[in-house]
Amino acid sequence: MRLAPPLFPYRRPAALDRPGPEAAPLVIVGAGPVGLTLALDLARRGIASVLLDEEDTVSVGSRAICWSKRTLEIYGRLGLGQRFLDKGITWQRGRVFHGEREAYAFDLLPEQGHEYPAFVNLQQYHAEAWLVEACTATGLVDLRWRQRVAALETLPDGVRLRVATPDGEYQMQADWLLACDGAHSTLREGLGLPFLGQIFHDRFLIADVRMRAAFPTERWFWFDPPFHPGQSVLLHKQPDDIWRIDFQLGWDADPEAEKDPARVRARVARMLGPDVPFELDWISVYTFRCRRLERFRHGRVFFLGDAAHQVSPFGARGGNGGVQDADNLGWKLAAVLDGRAPESLLDSYDAERLPAADENILNSSRSTDFITPKNAAARAYRDAILALSATQPLARPLVNSGRLSRPAILTDSPLATGGVATAPAPDAPVLRDGQPDWLLRHIGAAGDGFTLLAFAGPGVPPAAAPPGLTRVVVSQEETPGALFDHAGLATARFAAGPGEAVLLRPDQHIAARFAAPELAAIAAAHAKALGHAP
Amino acid sequence: MTLAREPRLPDPDGWYAALMTAHRDLDEAASRRLDAALVVLLANHIGDAAVLAEALALARAAVSPPAAAGPAAAPAR
Ligand SMILES: Cc1cc2nc3c(=O)[nH]c(=O)nc-3n(C[C@H](O)[C@H](O)[C@H](O)COP(=O)(O)OP(=O)(O)OC[C@H]3O[C@@H](n4cnc5c(N)ncnc54)[C@H](O)[C@@H]3O)c2cc1C
Repeated sequence: MRLAPPLFPYRRPAALDRPGPEAAPLVIVGAGPVGLTLALDLARRGIASVLLDEEDTVSVGSRAICWSKRTLEIYGRLGLGQRFLDKGITWQRGRVFHGEREAYAFDLLPEQGHEYPAFVNLQQYHAEAWLVEACTATGLVDLRWRQRVAALETLPDGVRLRVATPDGEYQMQADWLLACDGAHSTLREGLGLPFLGQIFHDRFLIADVRMRAAFPTERWFWFDPPFHPGQSVLLHKQPDDIWRIDFQLGWDADPEAEKDPARVRARVARMLGPDVPFELDWISVYTFRCRRLERFRHGRVFFLGDAAHQVSPFGARGGNGGVQDADNLGWKLAAVLDGRAPESLLDSYDAERLPAADENILNSSRSTDFITPKNAAARAYRDAILALSATQPLARPLVNSGRLSRPAILTDSPLATGGVATAPAPDAPVLRDGQPDWLLRHIGAAGDGFTLLAFAGPGVPPAAAPPGLTRVVVSQEETPGALFDHAGLATARFAAGPGEAVLLRPDQHIAARFAAPELAAIAAAHAKALGHAP
Repeated sequence: MTLAREPRLPDPDGWYAALMTAHRDLDEAASRRLDAALVVLLANHIGDAAVLAEALALARAAVSPPAAAGPAAAPAR
């Protein structure tokens, strides 16, 4: 039996009974994973928001299941990480099959010593339900269900919105508008912004199946299996004994006929064999696109998640990419709204997230091109690579069944000092007062979220931090108040020895490194990362 | 590194014959796969992006005008 989705109550908005538009500093449109993550991130920074969604429940049906390590670290910072670990299915191994045989297996995180695994599988509806709970608990997110933005008009210092509710329409005047309203974004269309890219001529049948099966918790991908000749199939485990099966159908398939439950049941039975009982939980047929907006910032309007960019699901880069948009923009908005940063800081959202979107689009397009060969040459190469990969490890890096989501690493962020690459800080196990702990839990956790990570060792004291910066000391020896790098992994992963320091942003990304830290240089890098002109 | 352009095969006729023998009895599709497998093996052996790019451009020019840069993007809205 399918879980009954939670229903969130619609409340008649007070603005319906008042004259004039309702003034709201910050409005988020769309309570999908991205809008909810942004609202929660802002609330954790003390910023209130109004969050509008046209529905009154979570996303039903088969959508995101694979949440990446970086997303889990973000949810760790927001207080939901353990929940994902407890309920989700942790995996890091994948297997690729070709025809009747296994071609090879891979491991996405062969290294130990990270709080979060390479991936956790969890239905998008669970994630959304928890995010709603967490947002509500902050008391700073005004969640308004069954309220649809019907039209918008941009003003020099804000946006005028027309919001439709079951009781009629009202107007809002927002200083800032965060468009998280998904791939069919009304806001994008309202502004007349082109959403251009590539369409893939293929169809995929997504079946969520309930069964008790002994498959290991691994990602299994078949090219041309005997039970579905000429096409690919993907199998993933989800919590609650649900399995995601993704059948490639080809462009000529009839989407309506393919959704017929009897037909789907026959397909699944051919795959599982006659002795495995199962129930169908959800069926959909998809085509995929890769496209994005030219820019994500339009004055006081920002686009995040699927509203800004769309990818094919191979690589799990849609939801994970969108959550990282929210991670990137949340602290910047908070800094501007608090008067700690100039408005121009917000331009760095485009500078940092456009390249990230391009990387996601590039990777997911290439995967789709490999999985769906466009011509005879592509098919010959793909099949030759698959055939070679069974015996020749050299061919395996060319097999592309999805390049699984990784955070973008930027080489030329306007916020970085000294040409440092803008990448998320690596995690590492540490001891705090003798207790096992994780380094990342201490990054972006206090104050305005900027952290100076100061490395210390025998006879080498940690660097001092200028006023306004939280300092976290990582020591090679047990020292009260410091994080003890007992395994040496923090030192190794940051490649920073005693006396060195690293400046980290509120989104846990590296802003600057100092071999010989000086207060003035650290303060200057901090100011630059907040968008102040040098 | 740059692509070696001087003749280097010790026994050109012998190599050509071996190649033709390998293709014997294969249908069109299998022949294509054989060539593809060969390219993959040799490209990996060379392992140098600049040499491979040079070879690719030269090969393309030998059969037709150079390929348009970048993926062919069909507009989707
Ligand atoms: C089959 C499939 C598998 C996938 N697998 C993965 C995966 O494994 N991992 C991954 O990371 N991603 C995956 N994705 C992608 C992922 O589902 C999306 O990227 C993600 O849902 C985007 O989140 P979002 O918040 O941007 O948009 P959405 O989830 O689409 O949310 C948009 C919200 O806006 C609301 N809304 C829309 N218009 C209005 C309006 N005018 N007014 C008010 N509210 C409005 C909608 O009700 C909705 O709640 C998959 C997608 C598919 C289809």
